[in-house]
Amino acid sequence: MITDRLANPELAEFEVGGVTRASFILRGALAAGAVYGTAAVAPFVSSALGATTDIDILNFALTLEYLETDFYQVKGKTVGLTGLAKHDVTNFGAEEAAHVAALTSAIKAGGGTPVAKPTFSFPVSTASQFLDLAYVVENLGVSAYNGAGPSLKSKALLTAAGSIVQIEARHAAAIGLLIGKSPIPSGAFDQAKTKAEVLKVAGPLIK
Amino acid sequence: MSTSLEEEELTPQPRGIVEQLVRDDVGRKKFLKAVGTTGAAGFGAFVLAACGSSSKKKTTTTPASPAATPSVPASFGKGDIGILNYALTLEYLEDQFYAKVIAAKLFTGAVGSLVAQFGQAEAEHVAAIHATILKLGGTPAAKPTGKFPITNAAEVARLAYAVENLGASAYLGQAASISSPAVLAAALSIHTVEARHAATLATLVPGGHVTPDGAFAKPADAAAVLAAVKPYIA
Repeated sequence: MITDRLANPELAEFEVGGVTRASFILRGALAAGAVYGTAAVAPFVSSALGATTDIDILNFALTLEYLETDFYQVKGKTVGLTGLAKHDVTNFGAEEAAHVAALTSAIKAGGGTPVAKPTFSFPVSTASQFLDLAYVVENLGVSAYNGAGPSLKSKALLTAAGSIVQIEARHAAAIGLLIGKSPIPSGAFDQAKTKAEVLKVAGPLIK
Repeated sequence: MSTSLEEEELTPQPRGIVEQLVRDDVGRKKFLKAVGTTGAAGFGAFVLAACGSSSKKKTTTTPASPAATPSVPASFGKGDIGILNYALTLEYLEDQFYAKVIAAKLFTGAVGSLVAQFGQAEAEHVAAIHATILKLGGTPAAKPTGKFPITNAAEVARLAYAVENLGASAYLGQAASISSPAVLAAALSIHTVEARHAATLATLVPGGHVTPDGAFAKPADAAAVLAAVKPYIA
């Protein structure tokens, strides 16, 4: 993944497109990666430096949090989870629900209209399939917040988003351990994804 | 309690090693006390304040607004370079800590492999931050000499868990003060990796929690973080 990205200079260019300063730093960072022989800094990019309002970003985050909450709290009850998996999914579902509540009130307080809760469709029926998808969804959440973070104009909202994304990362790591997958799938640097990249994965789960 | 490493296919670790990890909350509580000065307030109020400031209303509660005063001690430098030097100092300590843990061969099997990967990640953080400071025209902070009590697996796991939680809260505490979007993107990308490390280590520590702060991770300011790491600098 990271090595793929490093091996693809076009992608690196694309991700820093139009941001001179970012490009400058990224090149330095990539040079460092080369020197140290590692994929040290491929994701040192801000892939979502678009003209998006904070409310837009919060609503996008809200959609993902609705997805996670529904997945854990509704679908999670139908796949026969037991033991630690059941315990984690219960806790994580409650935490995602708290994210939904916080984002909803933040959007309202900022004068925006929270998006309606979508209807979801999760193509899983067993505990194993469920946890595999949980791993994908949590890692997706991390990359979505990390991608959108630099575009937030409000510094307070940035910290709020940071305090949420840290939880998504913790969930992702714990689920990874449950299913024998890496808790750090991107190595030393988590990836950032654009809204379009996130929707490519999340979109099929939304009816 | 959460995911237990020893129950997973990923970790053919003898149960004994994990079971040896005796519970002792003192160290963790000390850390949490040191870093817990921020963010305990209700998140709802926090977010409301955030939105108030984003819509240019005056708010009285602005816990995460960029302060007029620097977010890190002046000795680290100004602006983003100061923040990067602060991060570099913490990463140097983490890197040295893991190097010593790995050299002590306290963990074997899958846990040992994860610890080695975490150490590698911290080394990469050091290299990347160091290079970024140079590229920005700054002078990288001197490498501190860490001193860590590398005694037994239980103690080390607990310290690693505390250190990673502290690291995650330290990055979160600086996010709002970073000016450059690229530096911010880099910090965010490291921030969640520290969180992943902490969540993984939580499974090794009796009483450890994947999400010790609940649904919203707390930031820590530089003063609290530096006070917490001071005992580990020679």
